[in-house]
Amino acid sequence: MLRFEFMRLAFAAGAVVGLLAPAVGFFLVERRAALVGDGLGHLAFAGVAAGTLLGISPVGTALVFAVAGALAIQWLGTRRHAAGDQALALVFYTGIALGVVLVSAAGRLDAGLFAFLFGSILTVESSDLWLILALGGVAFLAIGLLWRGLVATTLDPEGSRVAGARVAALDTVVAVLAALTVGISMRIVGVLLVAALMTLPVIAAQRLAWSLSSTFGLAALVGLGSVLVGLTISYYADLPPGGTIVLVAAAVALVATVARPVGRAR
Amino acid sequence: MHVTGDTVPAVMLDGVSFAYPGGPAALEDATLAVERGSFVGIAGPNGGGKTTLLRLALGLERPATGTVLLHGRPPGTRGGPRVGYLPQRAHLTAGSPVTVREIVSAGRLAVRGAFGPLRAVDRAAVAAAIERVGLAERADVPLRTLSGGMQQRAFIAKALAAEPALLALDEPTTGVDAASQETLAALLDELRRELGVTVLYVSHEFGAVEHVVTRLLLVRGRITFDGLPSELPGHLHDPSHVH
Repeated sequence: MLRFEFMRLAFAAGAVVGLLAPAVGFFLVERRAALVGDGLGHLAFAGVAAGTLLGISPVGTALVFAVAGALAIQWLGTRRHAAGDQALALVFYTGIALGVVLVSAAGRLDAGLFAFLFGSILTVESSDLWLILALGGVAFLAIGLLWRGLVATTLDPEGSRVAGARVAALDTVVAVLAALTVGISMRIVGVLLVAALMTLPVIAAQRLAWSLSSTFGLAALVGLGSVLVGLTISYYADLPPGGTIVLVAAAVALVATVARPVGRAR
Repeated sequence: MHVTGDTVPAVMLDGVSFAYPGGPAALEDATLAVERGSFVGIAGPNGGGKTTLLRLALGLERPATGTVLLHGRPPGTRGGPRVGYLPQRAHLTAGSPVTVREIVSAGRLAVRGAFGPLRAVDRAAVAAAIERVGLAERADVPLRTLSGGMQQRAFIAKALAAEPALLALDEPTTGVDAASQETLAALLDELRRELGVTVLYVSHEFGAVEHVVTRLLLVRGRITFDGLPSELPGHLHDPSHVH
């Protein structure tokens, strides 16, 4: 399997995505904002459509759309123009509708679109890998440097405000990290399933962990394992990687949940 | 920490009024100056505005009219005092098993900021705060496995870990047994006397701290009494308002 370059590229990109998606998703899930990833995925779809229409890199336009959407959700929420879920709904549905309209205008409402919607191991190019490595590195660096601030604002936003932390700025960091994760993950799992990779490993880890930091670590490991196992199954069974990876992650989350329900978790 | 002799009030409210969106005035024309190093009990009936007063003082609510200053600066601005805050009904919303040490470590945000790792001095301060509330043996236990009273003590330790110049506690004895209330009162008095920490203590029950409170505010939509506990007029000494 690894004698093929496309599989080596898929595994390398998948390893970054498998670690990063749950690492960023950890902050979304703990903030009870797991659906933000879904909303940003739909916006990334609009970005892919815009890139296709304009004849430029769909990954680049997806990143731009997702980051802009993350900032919009943040702005709408913090300025109290809309409640958190309303801001999300506004962005979510605008994204999917815009995507459909743009894809239709580009005349690409066809099977080729499936690669972006649900991922494809054939579509990772070496230029994509470098972008994924670079942005993934930046995201992990940001999480490492701001870990304490991100954790404190996640656990106690008001207490953090009183402590003098720039809570809105840290919230924006989380939103932008989520957008970057969606942008760089879509080649592997697709824009419609990327949010699942951001949340399911965290749900599994929450049942198995003994502390906040162990939840983070276990989530990243479950994410990495799900991607590696999912890509392998995808290769041998000729299945779409996004769905296969998410089914593996869902199975782990389900087993963890059944084995240790929330009430009995340590 | 507090510099003894500094004349700028720890907390100053000048003509502060506030209403929640669509509601009646929660607090009207509140004016007060809290000296540094004082222990202020804030009492009053439920819905009387005592929590609102505290939240306004900390900058968590923006007054409709009037001015709020902490150590001479608007709340939340650079150079202001370090604040330790225990909110009313403090609890965790996180789905993960957060340990006592992890939640108390979050209190160091006021000291170390959001950037970079904790240093040895921070870890020592966290351990000391946990020790002070008597949870040293449970420091690495998930908070949700502890009793309500122990959880409350962990949140108090988080406020202490900030090494605050101003300690704001909203109903800190909820779910805490009588012995722990006495211990908390002794600890707060020690912090005030030895380190000059200003304490704002909102409660409907002052039994444990009655002897250490240096100033009492009674809040019923406005500040209806401001003075020494011993000066409280008999007609205001309602058991439902003040112990």
